[in-house]
Amino acid sequence: MNRLSIETPLHAQTVVQELYRDVSRRLTASPPGLCPVDMALNFLRLCHAQTCGKCVPCRIGLGQLEKLLQDVLDQRAGLETIDLIERTARVIADSADCAIGYEAAAMVLHGLQGFREDYEEHIRHGRCICGLSQPVPCVAVCPAHVDVPGYIALVKAGRYEDAVRLIRKDNPFPFTCAYVCEHPCEKQCRRQMVDDAVNICGLKRFAVDHSAPVPAPAPAPSTGKRVAVIGGGPGGLTAAYYLSLMGHKVTVYEQRPALGGMLRYGIPDYRLPPQVLEADIQHILSTGVEVHTNFSVGRDAEMSELQKEYDAVYVCIGAHADKKLGLEGEDSQGVISAVEMLRGIGEGRLPDLQGKRVCVIGGGNVSMDASRTAIRLGASSVTCVYRRRVEDMTALQEEIDDAFAEGCQVLPLQAPSRIEADAEGHVTALWTRPQIIGGYGRDGRPRPRDAAQPEFRIPCEAVIVAIGQRIDSRPFERAGLATDHGAIHAGENTFVPNTVNTFAGGDAVSGPATVIRAVAAGKVAAANIDSYLGFDHRIAVDLSIPAPQLTNMSRCGRVNLKSRNLLECRGDFELVKEGLTPEEAQQEASRCLRCDHFGYGNFKGGRNFEW
Amino acid sequence: MVNLTINGQPVTAPEGTTILKAAQGAGIHIPHLCYLEGFNEIGACRVCCVEVEGERAMVPACINTVAEGMRIHTNSPRARATRRVNVELILSQHDCKCATCVRSGNCRLQTLANDLGILTIPYEQDLPSEKGRLWTTTFPLYRDYTKCIKCMRCLQICDKMQTLSVWDLAGTGSRTHIDVSHNRVIKESDCSLCGQCITHCPVGALRERDDTQRFFAALADPDIVTVVQIAPAVRSAWGEGVGLPGNLATVNRLAAVLRRLGADYVLDTSFGADLTILEEAAELLRRLKGGELARWPMFTSCCPGWVRFLKSQYPEFTAQLSTAKSPHQMLGALVKNYFAAQKGLDPARIRTVSIMPCLAKKAESELPTMRTGQGPDVDLVLTTREIDRMIRADQLDPAALPESDFDSPMDAFSGAGVIFGATGGVMEAALRTAHFLVTGQNPDPEAFRAVRGQEGRREFTFSLGDTSLRCAVVSGLGNARRLLESLKAGRARFDFVEVMACPGGCAGGGGQPISREDQELAAARGSTLYALDGARSLRFSHENIQARQLYRDYLGSPGSELAEQLLHTDHFGWDMPGTGGSI
Repeated sequence: MNRLSIETPLHAQTVVQELYRDVSRRLTASPPGLCPVDMALNFLRLCHAQTCGKCVPCRIGLGQLEKLLQDVLDQRAGLETIDLIERTARVIADSADCAIGYEAAAMVLHGLQGFREDYEEHIRHGRCICGLSQPVPCVAVCPAHVDVPGYIALVKAGRYEDAVRLIRKDNPFPFTCAYVCEHPCEKQCRRQMVDDAVNICGLKRFAVDHSAPVPAPAPAPSTGKRVAVIGGGPGGLTAAYYLSLMGHKVTVYEQRPALGGMLRYGIPDYRLPPQVLEADIQHILSTGVEVHTNFSVGRDAEMSELQKEYDAVYVCIGAHADKKLGLEGEDSQGVISAVEMLRGIGEGRLPDLQGKRVCVIGGGNVSMDASRTAIRLGASSVTCVYRRRVEDMTALQEEIDDAFAEGCQVLPLQAPSRIEADAEGHVTALWTRPQIIGGYGRDGRPRPRDAAQPEFRIPCEAVIVAIGQRIDSRPFERAGLATDHGAIHAGENTFVPNTVNTFAGGDAVSGPATVIRAVAAGKVAAANIDSYLGFDHRIAVDLSIPAPQLTNMSRCGRVNLKSRNLLECRGDFELVKEGLTPEEAQQEASRCLRCDHFGYGNFKGGRNFEW
Repeated sequence: MVNLTINGQPVTAPEGTTILKAAQGAGIHIPHLCYLEGFNEIGACRVCCVEVEGERAMVPACINTVAEGMRIHTNSPRARATRRVNVELILSQHDCKCATCVRSGNCRLQTLANDLGILTIPYEQDLPSEKGRLWTTTFPLYRDYTKCIKCMRCLQICDKMQTLSVWDLAGTGSRTHIDVSHNRVIKESDCSLCGQCITHCPVGALRERDDTQRFFAALADPDIVTVVQIAPAVRSAWGEGVGLPGNLATVNRLAAVLRRLGADYVLDTSFGADLTILEEAAELLRRLKGGELARWPMFTSCCPGWVRFLKSQYPEFTAQLSTAKSPHQMLGALVKNYFAAQKGLDPARIRTVSIMPCLAKKAESELPTMRTGQGPDVDLVLTTREIDRMIRADQLDPAALPESDFDSPMDAFSGAGVIFGATGGVMEAALRTAHFLVTGQNPDPEAFRAVRGQEGRREFTFSLGDTSLRCAVVSGLGNARRLLESLKAGRARFDFVEVMACPGGCAGGGGQPISREDQELAAARGSTLYALDGARSLRFSHENIQARQLYRDYLGSPGSELAEQLLHTDHFGWDMPGTGGSI
């Protein structure tokens, strides 16, 4: 007789735990374009399976809700059914004994608010109104819709030049993106249903690292039309590249001495070596784009003059202005904004942080860039101060990991309150108010608030502020372009309302975003400017994509990029990430499920050969 | 060449051959349902899955190609299980009441299930709800949601062949089904009624509106005189549906069958075709001379699927259509206005019935513009398939019936009228007569071989006296769209263009018998029509004595006021859905 015993999970329970993990991966990879009512019903079924069966609202109520939702989907319901669903769900949410019940009902209510018209359409006409589609997930979620399965297949076949050509059909920054793209494509990779997302970005890097130079296609015959592009960053150069291939004469105006925008003046060399960026820029310029650097609209010419002089103008300036903390002591010596510091480094001016204790304020990618740069500049310590939790930081996880690895510290849940300086005005410390994480805000993230703890002093000699960027759009406001907090108003087609020939996109419109979003906007702008100018040029690539394997590979771990050994990275701005080995690339490319072929791919067309 | 083994048997096949074809070449049959070469190569039904040694999963044979050293098993336990379970699953979502199905005996799924010896289905029947299976009873195209196996063929044919995309997937997950695209109902759609989705459906999910009972009722009514006409293309195909070999399935035997069914008079639409030519050739020369064809050509108008397509997709071209009615409408109008008088019949008691290879003709005959003072030109249109069903319903044995002549005085017809049923036939028939009208001499009827063929678009220039006529022949609506786009963009110039909605023309019409083996029979049926033309002594529409007599005694000349009234139509007199009005 055992009074107590060591519990070992039953085999069935172990397997169910594995299945939970399978389902959770599957949900992550859930494709866009599914019927929301159908999904709501099936979430509800999952919830109901979890019920303990004690309380009435959960045990019976969730089951009745299921039947009602099923009636909606099977056209057995009337519009009054929606009211019954709502009334029932509200009572369950109010009276179920535990979270299994009330949270399940809350999900139903949330859905009713979010897509009531879908419920109504199912009842009235037995159809979905959500524009059902099952596109290739990675291609669909890539803002520029790069043909991911296509280039992965080409990498697998060793056709690296073709891979680069295929990418350039949709994105003229294959080299840059291979190093710094945020790769939203990987977030919804269907391979997660099997094991883990394909390392798409790593494979792209393998392609560009192994490709021989590929000349740009010959531009279409000259149209005689002239287009001005204001801003020589990724968005502007993308528009310039495609417009140039379409036969238009493009002039890029860039306010800094060199092209590249934030890629050159915002991203440190150890993430994006200058020669990588240069490869893309030279390719783009080889199509005959004219460039004026050190040219600032509002100083060297008025926007209105350019609008008159050119047939069309594309505005895609970056978010280069910094945001201020608005704190006491912010103008002290040793306080610098991150964008300003990174820009200075891009122009060859290295700040002196040697032996200093540095505080970096902010939790985004720029903050990580600033922190890691400060380490390289010889700071004796780097403390990243953030008012939320580490898991709330908006920087990419791999950036945070690398920053930790290189010796940065993160001090979460500290809100900057003031900056202390000595008599000469030099920074001596950053004071913070300790925070406690609390309820959820409208943005769906938990909000920090002041904790009942005394102010905290962090002694330091430098403070780098990385709390966001702004757009300086005043020269464009003067020409009558409408703005909101500096962001220029433009439609989904990038056309600027109330102008004749002006288009805008990228950070200038969306606020600070990613390279691939700027590229996507540039591509959209190029197509619509071409149409506006009265043409219908198509950007296409002529190559065949290798056939997929007969059946897909069974479960296999994802290969991640390794970092160079970084025990000591002071003074070292060399590239950190090492590319895949040929063996790794081959295996990783084989993991691609080829959604361009399998499933909906070969049915509704998994590929656009032109746009 | 690639070497492999299938079921242990060594097989050699050219590189790029699908497993399905390589097996076929070696005499090994792999059953399949959804696969339709060139249109539906998507591996949806998974019935053709085979076991390939070394592969993790089963491999669909229809869309994967052979490779060197491959070892394939089509009848291994795994292959058998895959095939059987997948067919059972399909059957669980299929209304298996074969006894009341129009495709029973000609159904791929039925054959497959029978061959596999599936005697019970281990899964619960899962059919659309009563509400979810509602469909209009009046539209000439009928969809049965309970029969549809979601093979996607209809959708692909409409997308890729006809570029109308009338069909699309609707619903998600387990409720995924095929429905009219963009949340429309079929009556509001721009369906051309070509019927190609029907002839490519492997089961009975799509069919024409069944009008056989209406025809039986008219035949049985002693107060009604039925005047039935048979379209040119029907003679090339009607035997297929009743198991009658081509040499016996003549148009005169079908005339005999119709009389046995109770028809009072039987006519050949080819006579109407000869009239169409006389009217259309005169119209072409008039419009050519009048400069109306300087920018865009004159289009033939005898294919109502094409007319529906043009009016919904490119209404700006409507004025380019010939105003000549299609042959059966002309003949119908004449039956009620001329034939009735000749025979001393009361037009009000006449019911004109057309046996057509076509669904769009059902809609055409119901247009407000297709009638005269004596009522609708044509009261009822039946497809070739429907007449075959009526023959079977009355248990007739056509082979045992002697051939029968048509009824005078509209029983003469030329070979030119017969080839109307094949792509290029209308063009060729018109040119034979136009040549005569311009030069006063008959051309060699075999001089137009270049017009014949099965390519979707054929272009050629033809001399008419001192002018050269730029002509194009198009079949299939996707080809028609491409032609219209190039005309719109100014990349192509023609004077006269024949368009048929169905690939291969009416011979491949959407109302023709369906091949269970997915054979495309338009070319073979077209050849039959050309052979019939070649065998006739009368090759020119303008030499049809009875037609000439009709003009002399009644109509006057082509294009006369009476001819305009009876034989021409106003294409602006009705609207396609979604173009400003409704039919």
